[in-house]
Amino acid sequence: MGQLTIILARVLQAVPTIFGIVVVTFLLTRALPGDPAAYFAGASATPESIAEIRVKLGLDQSLPLQFVAYLQDLATGNLGQSISTGQPVATELLRRLPASLELTLFALLLSVAVAIPLGVLAAVKQDTWIDQVCRFIVTAGVSLPTFFTGLLLVYVFYFLLGIAPAPLGRLDMLHIAPPQVTGFLVLDGLIAREWATAWSAFKQLLLPGITLALFTLAPLARMTRAAMLQALASEYLRTARAAGLSSTRVLMVYAFRNAMLPIITTLGMVFSFTLGANVLVEKVFAWPGIGSFAIEALVVSDYAAVQGFVLSMAVLFVLLNLVIDTVYTLIDPRVRIEG
Amino acid sequence: MTTQLHNPPLLSVTDLCVEFATRKGPVTAVRSVNLQIAKGETLGIVGESGSGKSVTSYAVMRILDRAGRIVSGGIEFGGMPLHNADEATMSDLRGREISMIFQNPRAALNPIRTVGKQIEDVLIRHAQTNHEMAKAKAIEALEHVRIRDAAQRYHAYPFELSGGMCQRVVIAIALACKPQLLIADEPTTGLDVTTQKAVMELVRDLTRSQGMSTLLITHDLGLAGEYCDRIVVMEKGEVVEQQDTRRLFVAPAHPYTRRLIRSTPHAAQSIRDLLPEDLRLPPPPAAPVVDMSVPLLEVRDLVKAFDPPGGFLQRLKMRGSSAALPMRAVDGISFSIARGESVGLVGESGCGKSTTSAMVMRLLDSTSGSIRFKGTELTTVPAAEFSRSPLRRELQMVFQDPHESLNPRATAAQSIADPLLRIEGMREAAAIRARVEQLAVQVGLQLELLDRLPHQLSGGQKARVGIARAIATKPELLILDEPTAALDVSVQAVVLNLLADLKAEFGMSYLFVSHDLEVVRLLCDRVIVMRAGSIVEEGATAQVLSAPKAEYTKELLSAIPRPAHLPRQVEAPVQVAQA
Repeated sequence: MGQLTIILARVLQAVPTIFGIVVVTFLLTRALPGDPAAYFAGASATPESIAEIRVKLGLDQSLPLQFVAYLQDLATGNLGQSISTGQPVATELLRRLPASLELTLFALLLSVAVAIPLGVLAAVKQDTWIDQVCRFIVTAGVSLPTFFTGLLLVYVFYFLLGIAPAPLGRLDMLHIAPPQVTGFLVLDGLIAREWATAWSAFKQLLLPGITLALFTLAPLARMTRAAMLQALASEYLRTARAAGLSSTRVLMVYAFRNAMLPIITTLGMVFSFTLGANVLVEKVFAWPGIGSFAIEALVVSDYAAVQGFVLSMAVLFVLLNLVIDTVYTLIDPRVRIEG
Repeated sequence: MTTQLHNPPLLSVTDLCVEFATRKGPVTAVRSVNLQIAKGETLGIVGESGSGKSVTSYAVMRILDRAGRIVSGGIEFGGMPLHNADEATMSDLRGREISMIFQNPRAALNPIRTVGKQIEDVLIRHAQTNHEMAKAKAIEALEHVRIRDAAQRYHAYPFELSGGMCQRVVIAIALACKPQLLIADEPTTGLDVTTQKAVMELVRDLTRSQGMSTLLITHDLGLAGEYCDRIVVMEKGEVVEQQDTRRLFVAPAHPYTRRLIRSTPHAAQSIRDLLPEDLRLPPPPAAPVVDMSVPLLEVRDLVKAFDPPGGFLQRLKMRGSSAALPMRAVDGISFSIARGESVGLVGESGCGKSTTSAMVMRLLDSTSGSIRFKGTELTTVPAAEFSRSPLRRELQMVFQDPHESLNPRATAAQSIADPLLRIEGMREAAAIRARVEQLAVQVGLQLELLDRLPHQLSGGQKARVGIARAIATKPELLILDEPTAALDVSVQAVVLNLLADLKAEFGMSYLFVSHDLEVVRLLCDRVIVMRAGSIVEEGATAQVLSAPKAEYTKELLSAIPRPAHLPRQVEAPVQVAQA
């Protein structure tokens, strides 16, 4: 079975998943406490104006009819109107999603760059001081909550040392955002050749990025170490050594490539939970991300916004899983057969 | 062929001691081992598990795990000291001057790299070729180990090849750079007997044609006897005897060697012959009369078909091709077992013998056909519900791996008591304990071992626990699925004798599933030979093994390693009959 067929099959498998998510989010948001119409009408609303707004929002219809209307809106790319900001949800998400993605991807890049070499070293030099250092960092990484490390970093690097910029969003007030290409300010700045803007955006990204990276380091480093230890103890590694292959080749081609399979799975999981769970970091650094948007929407029963958030996350996870499956298929020939 | 050691030996190991660091302190795995291999010579190291034979070879290659270390002694290869050579020197020598092939060839190959690339890695490492020429050279190496369609196999991954094919690839990797010494560590354990023969002949032909020396490490004295010039016998980390192959078999000097030779099934005429003199038991009680007229078990046209692998999409794509049809693992076989009879079911891996035994045991549903036990049709009760059938106690099984088939958290007594609780419904603790102790005595398990966990028992003791558990409900038919395949020969000898005695004592019938024809010869009255889901030959054991009719049986028999010096007894019954 060709790789393309497998990937196509995976895409098809995602369709029912996404439909299920559409149904569940629709029902869940309707079950939220609070009346959106009352909220929308404001404090001085009369029962008549609330009823009028309810009709305008379509909330007076039966649930199945509301669902059909929702599906029709979705098909045209209309995610509804956010009650709290008055903007279309799609616009809000498109503005905020890149901020979250930029932060998460940067943090993961940082985390992978540290965790994988650390895990490999810890496995190769098992039970030496490097292994102990790895164990210490991993334990510290999981046991410190992100808001605490975030605040600590702000306190040390902004307040005490004054190296870092104020934790107030993606860009300081001296710069204006570059024209949007990718939505990632650092990249957009580079593309627009506005070096100062890119540098400023990068400085803003650094502390929240490190905060998240410290948290995601632990599972990655731990999995890398475990997978490498398993690969190092394998019989094919003994064959490679007995054939006299150089230690770099044995380590990188024979051990590490095999160890990559569980590492990639972990990476996908870590990416998923960071993207949804970095609300605390976004709050600490006033980061205009999707997580804080969703929390605010949830608090005020802004169900269109919550639905939009859950749906876009679901699509993102499905895409992510697709990427992971594809990478897996490329690395492990056995997957191609199992289908 | 005897090679005199007048010229300096290629490999010389003197007073080698290897220790392993464990939590309980250092353990000596190899003590004062001395051995030499001359140029062109094939030396065998024979011993049971824990004898230190593999550790010795790992020490020569300097690929001991991190816990192991050479404490003292010397290893010289072509006059060059290896015991203290640095890693860079060793890594240059490995694969170029000394190569190694391993047990379990599929696991010995990198699962996510094509076999061709794995051969190239070695060629390029030892500067035998450059990147442009590598592919052609690798294909040549594959052809060298007699792999057909080598150019296509170059792109295959290990999981796409059979076990024997994988071992050829491992050999191709080992011999790619034409080394002077090949170390083969149990190269055919786990392979079928015909594959074993093909692999061993390949190794012998290739090493002879290149004038290489070979160190063959094996637990199988027969295998060593057929392929080695000289044999070193090791026990508990020490060399107990070192002889020319012929002299070792004709006049073994050390008692341990004599015990090993005795335990090897080819030489034995009866099952008692396997045991050492000092352990000789009284002859088994007279076997109960086999009443052939009333079959205990009757199997008719039994079929098991498995769905083709793959998901829905794949099946859709392969629609119409033969691969889409269900695979018939057991294809309409019929046989019967009489009361008190012991029937051997033999064949190579994938022939359907284990599927058959699982269906008879009612662990697996059959696709069609009938299994009648004492006149009752068993196939009407689904396998999933058979545990509640009153016939469950009559049909019990002893599994292949004595370790894997015991619950690691249950003591021996708890394992044996399991069927008493669940099938017999015994409730009183004292009565259960009394019965467990009675069973332990019957299988020769010391009572003080009953409260131990599986990992605290030896392989033979675990096998006894498995047997005690199987006979706890006094079954009439016991299915034995390769019960001794994981055991050392001396332990196998004891367990086989135990099985023979139990059968005589309780009048049980056995369905003995095995790939080892020699063991079947000693234990079974009748033998059924299976191939590709069908029965190719069936008959009295002595008849089938001494005068096989089917080509396949002949092939199986001729593939058994047969040292010329070891007297074989299999023809004896027929000669007596003819006389």
